[in-house]
Amino acid sequence: MMAKKKKAYRLKHYLREELLPTTFCQGCGCGTVLNTYAQAIEELQINPKDIVSVTGIGCSSWIPSPYFKADTLHTTHGRAIAFATGVKIMKPEANVVVIAGDGDLAGIGGNHLIHAARRNVGLAVFLINNMIYGMTGGQVSPMTPLGDKTTTTPYGNPEYPFNIAEFVAAAGANYVARWTTYHVFPLMESIQKAMTKDGFSFVEILTQCPVSYGRRVGMRTGEEFLKYFKENTINSLKAKDMTPEEIGDKIIVGKIVERNRKEFTTILREMNEERRK
Amino acid sequence: MGLREDYLKKFEGKTYFWLGDEACAYGGVFGGCNFFTGYPITPASEVAEVISGELPNVGGYHVQMEDEIASIAALIGGVWAGARGMTATSGPGFSLMQENIGYAIMTETPCVIVDVQRSGPSTGQATKPAQGDVMQARWGTHGDHNIIALAPNSVQECFDLMIRCFNLSEEYRTPVILLMDGEIGHLRERITVPSLKSIKLKKRKKGKKKDLLFGGELIPPFKEIGDGHYLHVTGSTHKENGIRDVESQKVHEKLVTRLYDKIEKNREKLVDLEEKWMDDAKIAVISYGAAARPTEGAVALLRKKRKKIGFMRLRTIWPFPREQVRALGKKVKKIYVPEMNLGQLSREIERFVDCPVVGIPKIGGIVHTIREITTAMERS
Amino acid sequence: MNVRFCGFGGQGIVMAGYITGSAAVRDGKKATQTQSYGSESRGGACKSDVAISEEEIYELESEEVDLLVAMSQQAYERYIKTLRKGGILAFDEDLVTPKKTAHKLYKIKATDLAHKKFGREIVANMIMLGYITSISGFVSKDSMIQTILDNVPKGTEKMNEDAFELGHRLGSKVK
Repeated sequence: MMAKKKKAYRLKHYLREELLPTTFCQGCGCGTVLNTYAQAIEELQINPKDIVSVTGIGCSSWIPSPYFKADTLHTTHGRAIAFATGVKIMKPEANVVVIAGDGDLAGIGGNHLIHAARRNVGLAVFLINNMIYGMTGGQVSPMTPLGDKTTTTPYGNPEYPFNIAEFVAAAGANYVARWTTYHVFPLMESIQKAMTKDGFSFVEILTQCPVSYGRRVGMRTGEEFLKYFKENTINSLKAKDMTPEEIGDKIIVGKIVERNRKEFTTILREMNEERRK
Repeated sequence: MGLREDYLKKFEGKTYFWLGDEACAYGGVFGGCNFFTGYPITPASEVAEVISGELPNVGGYHVQMEDEIASIAALIGGVWAGARGMTATSGPGFSLMQENIGYAIMTETPCVIVDVQRSGPSTGQATKPAQGDVMQARWGTHGDHNIIALAPNSVQECFDLMIRCFNLSEEYRTPVILLMDGEIGHLRERITVPSLKSIKLKKRKKGKKKDLLFGGELIPPFKEIGDGHYLHVTGSTHKENGIRDVESQKVHEKLVTRLYDKIEKNREKLVDLEEKWMDDAKIAVISYGAAARPTEGAVALLRKKRKKIGFMRLRTIWPFPREQVRALGKKVKKIYVPEMNLGQLSREIERFVDCPVVGIPKIGGIVHTIREITTAMERS
Repeated sequence: MNVRFCGFGGQGIVMAGYITGSAAVRDGKKATQTQSYGSESRGGACKSDVAISEEEIYELESEEVDLLVAMSQQAYERYIKTLRKGGILAFDEDLVTPKKTAHKLYKIKATDLAHKKFGREIVANMIMLGYITSISGFVSKDSMIQTILDNVPKGTEKMNEDAFELGHRLGSKVK
């Protein structure tokens, strides 16, 4: 007798199937992001052959490298955006996507993030913010909240975290949003917006790391994080009419900025053509 | 004729009074470069200044990145997206690039890195030349690896060796370093641009669907982004299809040994040196880059005084011409090595010869004079 | 033949060296040119060296020069010791007061003439180039003029050529 047949995962053709199951820990948010991302691509009907995934080092970089099936550059720690800029200059028609973590993009690679936003390079950058260096065992990251205990802040984190989405918006990105792994449907729409919008697009995705972060701050399961995200977020549309006191410690989600500056590689090409006239 | 040929033909056969950096930039363009990423640094900035003006004329792109790490990262990204690319820097920037030079070696990315060496360590004498990066070029990035590095000693060679750098990077699918020095980079000299027809450009060997991207043969063919192969490129240890495997000792050993061997097994093809007055030589002098100029002058002067001294100049520094130097060590009684550092190549030479090796170091930002070299040789 | 141009930043010292070396190449000779870079080239003493030869040039930093062209007192004092015995010192007589040395001295009011005849002090370097071309004959006059015309800003060709010619005439009188 055959066992009860499991329904196959509907989007598995977007993945390198031979490498499944993923190595993400139980309760990790990376699976949610992978699923939401694949769904977004499916709905947009983008051919994965037109996507270039560029990643850094860290758990979230494993979402595209190796799982999402597209041309994939798994690069050095922090440098994904710089590699991706090179790709975009030579292949402006490609959908160049960067998926990497908070340590990678806001920590070691922070300078590349600022400058790519300033240049307004046509990249879709998804910063998977689990507020910790997860892969290396739970060290403090530039996104770890003040006071939290980590393996390298055993008495609590003495530093303030970045408001990275506002920061990227200020640097000149064309589109910036923030969501969490609780908000999968608006997150998917935001991913689609980032994939189709010209210029530099940035979505910060707050996610859970129960293993390397949660268990040290009293959230041992993915569910506890999702509940936290649900109860402690305010949509940016609502927040704009609120005072800072009313907002308090709540996380603002939703669109942070949308503008229409001309994309960098388009300007570069136009200038080069002008030169040759 | 294409845009590139159409534009470049105006230079053919003409004689110029160019800077070494300028010749390096034009050598890049004639070598097929269509992508340059860099960050300003003395004494290499003129390479970027010249090539940023010329690349648009041949359909290429120049971008000044936010630092040298980003420069080489964007360069490698561009190459995977189809570019034939280069960057140019000097000591401090070269140090910053080391991690991603390792990435280019590990992912077998053809690209050219120009290091116009300056006086260090650290900021050192920022505007003054040195040859202090000989060992950094060889061992700067971590882990076992092999490297190709060429050293020009004239403005003409900056041009000529750039073309060879691009060809070697494609042939061996590896980063190649043009190890210039600030003396040659900032020297103006007569240079004649060869005809386009006489320059043979090594085309990129592109793999088909069934070809393995990282194995199957000593130097596997390249595949580019957008070819529909779902490439997986990683600096982590990987299998022949590119998928990460960081657990297996065998996979790592096979990969890293092949990367090492593709240069090691072609050492004799890569070695490029010039010898003069060696037939009757009892004493030899070995040098490279700027230091080789007064060295050759010193040997020429001593030959006029009927001294039996021979001259060897390395155009390929890495891989090191081990066999040629070993043979020379058997033939002569002593080898002198003038270089603009405290003895980097001289130590490498010592490894392969039994005769005494006497370094003639000079640091402080000025190349040796002929008299300094002859005096040092008379002294010991 | 080693020539050293020296003065302070903004006098066209580097340009003078470049024109000279480039003209020598035009003459079919071998030539090299180097210059001081960085902070040294602004304000303080600035130099530009040219070596010209029929043979390969091996010496990249010459210890001695055959011709020193001095356009400031500070540069003169710094570099006079590099002029070989019996070498030529050409200098702007309003800007340099030379000491008694074993050199052949050639003086010219290059900056003053540039100001009076052309209203532009910057062409003092062209007057000096014409002058030393005439007294030393190390590069052909034709090549110098051609190189000047190729390298000066558009619209200033005639002024620069005239300045060179003026220096050349004055040089041929003292020879």
